[in-house]
Amino acid sequence: MNKQMRIAELACAELCWSIKGAPIIRNVSLKVQPGETLGLIGPNGSGKSSLLKLLSGVRSPDSGQVTLNGAALSDMKRRDIAQMIAVVEQQAETSDAISVRDAVELGRTPWLSALAPWSKDDDDIVCQALLDVDMADKPKRAWHSLSGGERQRVHIARALAQRPQILLLDEPTNHLDIQHQLSILGLVRSLPVTTLIALHDLNQALACDRLAVMDKGELIAIGQPAEVLTCERLRQTFGVEAHYLTDPYDGTRILRFRS
Amino acid sequence: MTSPRTGHLLGKICLHGAWVLAVLLAAIVAGVAIGETPISLSLVFQVLANKLWGAGFVLDPIDEGIVWNYRLTRALVAAACGAGLAISGVVLQSLLRNPLADPYLLGISAGASTGAVLVAIIGIGAGAVSLSAGAFLGAVAAFALVALLARSTGAVSGSGQIILAGIAGSQLFNALTSFLITKSASSEQARGIMFWLLGNLSGVRWQSVGLAVPVVLIGLAVCLWHRRALDAFMFGSDSAAALGVPVRRVQIVLIATVALVTAVMVSLVGSIGFVGLVVPHAARLLVGVRHGRLIPLSALSGALFLIAADVLSRTAIKGQVLPVGVITALIGAPVFAVILIKARGGR
Repeated sequence: MNKQMRIAELACAELCWSIKGAPIIRNVSLKVQPGETLGLIGPNGSGKSSLLKLLSGVRSPDSGQVTLNGAALSDMKRRDIAQMIAVVEQQAETSDAISVRDAVELGRTPWLSALAPWSKDDDDIVCQALLDVDMADKPKRAWHSLSGGERQRVHIARALAQRPQILLLDEPTNHLDIQHQLSILGLVRSLPVTTLIALHDLNQALACDRLAVMDKGELIAIGQPAEVLTCERLRQTFGVEAHYLTDPYDGTRILRFRS
Repeated sequence: MTSPRTGHLLGKICLHGAWVLAVLLAAIVAGVAIGETPISLSLVFQVLANKLWGAGFVLDPIDEGIVWNYRLTRALVAAACGAGLAISGVVLQSLLRNPLADPYLLGISAGASTGAVLVAIIGIGAGAVSLSAGAFLGAVAAFALVALLARSTGAVSGSGQIILAGIAGSQLFNALTSFLITKSASSEQARGIMFWLLGNLSGVRWQSVGLAVPVVLIGLAVCLWHRRALDAFMFGSDSAAALGVPVRRVQIVLIATVALVTAVMVSLVGSIGFVGLVVPHAARLLVGVRHGRLIPLSALSGALFLIAADVLSRTAIKGQVLPVGVITALIGAPVFAVILIKARGGR
């Protein structure tokens, strides 16, 4: 894959979106730096998932616009967008007895056409994606027999099989045990792609390159984790008292919360 | 890069197409041969040879007429109809994310019946095409109404709401049909229409074949063209959109195709229930959920299922022909129950 092709730029300007008159996203502008891992944090209902839906073009804003490499997302074909942006939703379920392998193969959809059948390259990409999420040993397992964490890993593998330049993840570690939380986050950070990731765990968020904080549909801060996640902000936005500790093991700063 | 891959695809289509066609032809020949008066296979082949290649076997013109005009047309329309209803079921189940979706249960067949009856009674235009056009408009109207009703109850995809809305829609359109018949049809017309509504292959002739076969082939082609898009709906429409599927356009094209196929079948043979429900589920057990394989196998199985159901309807009661819809419902209703129970256990 051509490395130069993998630095697409995603940005949005003055995005507003409401559902039945209730504002969900208010006047959000941001620019995701090529190659960075941008963490999206905020309390429940602050609009993180909605912002991701607008940025991926799955929903259209009421006003404002999303741009991908300078072009308006609303003018692009869905297929062209999906070749650059992959999305891992918070909860995507099915009642069909789809196998792990089949689910990951769905990621190749934007690269195939009705007349171009499956190729060896597609096979390799799917195998690699399964390896990346540690699911290569269970390609035949049926969806309903998977645990929540395994399902999430399959979704991530499906997104990786899309070979995106930008990966949007909505709380991907939600259902995972601690080992897979850490391995998925490590994997996401190591990918040569731009990543926008909504996270709940603020200590995990500290490892992102930059953080964006959402509150009641507004983007209230964006910048380096240490600048953004101040004790003052944690009190105002998240409603918790907190202070930083330094881990004697490796000198990492971690947050300790008090109610 | 595209051409060898496309060549490979063509090879696969030829290979699988060959055995599918062979099975289908065998079923059609069996459908022609089996009946209240059994007809020997050699006679069937002799008639076919005479008609297709002018082979010149000397045959009883009555036998020839039964095979060519009566049994063969019936088997061909049964095959087309079964295939059409089965792929309609596959598409509806995938797009609506609901294992119970089927043209009959969603009221599409009922709407098509109303449209066809309206055309038949008022007599706009004439012939099978205008009947089908009326049925198409009825089918689209019914689906629009059902979708609107489901939506305004706040149905999420995969919920039972759309099926309930479909039942309400079916009842409404069936009532409208009865109303139209009672109000405007003569008693003889009424009896004919009621018999046709239950699903009936008796009135089928070559003209019906000429409409049913092309329509089902077009429907099959459109659905196969969208096989990857249908796969992408596996995790819902948002997920399909994120995978690059133009969701709205695909939904409109496929629903219109389903409405067209269902409407043509209803206008020819009445509303035959449960084919679109039973066949896709059986096919999934055999080849899994990917549409590249599921659609062709469902079409083939649907064709075989309805040919068999038709044979059964002609031979089950001596001297009587049951409406084929009765046979499919007798098989389909228990399957519906099994799916309901399984869906609950699977959650």
